[in-house]
Amino acid sequence: MSGAADREAVFPTRQSLGLMKAKLKGAETGHSLLKRKSEALTKRFREITRRIDEAKRKMGRVMQIASLSLAEVTYAVGGNIGFQIQESARAARFRIRTKQENVSGVLLPTFESYLTEGNNDFAMTGLGKGGQQVQRCRDTYARAVEALVELASLQTAFVILDEVIKVVNRRVNAIEHVIIPRTENTIKYINSELDELDREEFYRLKKVAGKKLRDNAALDAEMKLKREEKAARELAEGQPEVQEDASGPSDLLAAEEDEDVIF
Amino acid sequence: MASQADYKDRQFLAVIGDEDSVTGLLLAGIGHVTAPPDSQKNFLVVDAKTDNATIEAVFEQFTTERKDIGIVLINQHIADRIRHRVDTYTAAFPALLEIPSKDHPYDPEKDSVLRRVRRLFGE
Repeated sequence: MSGAADREAVFPTRQSLGLMKAKLKGAETGHSLLKRKSEALTKRFREITRRIDEAKRKMGRVMQIASLSLAEVTYAVGGNIGFQIQESARAARFRIRTKQENVSGVLLPTFESYLTEGNNDFAMTGLGKGGQQVQRCRDTYARAVEALVELASLQTAFVILDEVIKVVNRRVNAIEHVIIPRTENTIKYINSELDELDREEFYRLKKVAGKKLRDNAALDAEMKLKREEKAARELAEGQPEVQEDASGPSDLLAAEEDEDVIF
Repeated sequence: MASQADYKDRQFLAVIGDEDSVTGLLLAGIGHVTAPPDSQKNFLVVDAKTDNATIEAVFEQFTTERKDIGIVLINQHIADRIRHRVDTYTAAFPALLEIPSKDHPYDPEKDSVLRRVRRLFGE
């Protein structure tokens, strides 16, 4: 029956049956735990994807406003300041740091933006004219970058969660479709083999009992035959020792005299 | 999986974009140039004359070589020029973000991450 099916290579003994049953139980517990983990992660994942969608749209608007303010600067300064700014960039004022967040045992990094104090590469920009517009533009862009950083952390979480969920689901499926059926098959196989052994044992016992019965019958017949022969002989000879046997116990009390027993 | 060491040093943003986008982002203060011997900028200005090989090289440098960049911002129309590279980039660090530019309005259909989002939800 289960000979052809997928099963583990074990000897069909009671011990391995116990082991397999323990394994099946373990696999079922693991399956339910992983399933719950996967569900928790998926819930989080859906939330993040929804927020990404929103954040991407928001980013589109914010960047539009920011470009508009840059256009104002260009107009106010009366020329393109791009080259000057690219040349004067030295050290980043706007930096990010990463933190970790734990979701069902998965570490999700999140970015956090911060401004370093006391370095300003663009102190000279807009010194002649348009300083106010430059300042406003910087603020607008700083806000835009903050939105971008937030979006980036969502996106990183999305990428990592995606990967983790795939791994967890693969495990859930492996347990559900490979490990549990295989263990069940093994248990079935062991059970059938043990039953087979039981039947063999029973048959053997029956055989032994039959043989004993036959032997006893043969022995009885032999004894009977012997006794009959004996009786026939005695009958022919006249009664010899049989009398002695019969008088033995009755004579015990009425006996002549007991010999003294010396200890 | 990303380990602790993989991202604790990442503190800069990088930009690949047209002149206006880069200028604006630099004004916000994200520009950084490393120490003089090999002063590497964390931004690239792309115009009509920049060829795709340069963009790809810089993209490669920002995403795989430099270990101090946490987020790479790239203009969507420039991402389109090296779309195959952007779409095959799936690592968590640095995060790759497509941003709109002034001349090219933002199209959510082209974004590699948003497309993955949509595919996952079967839309």
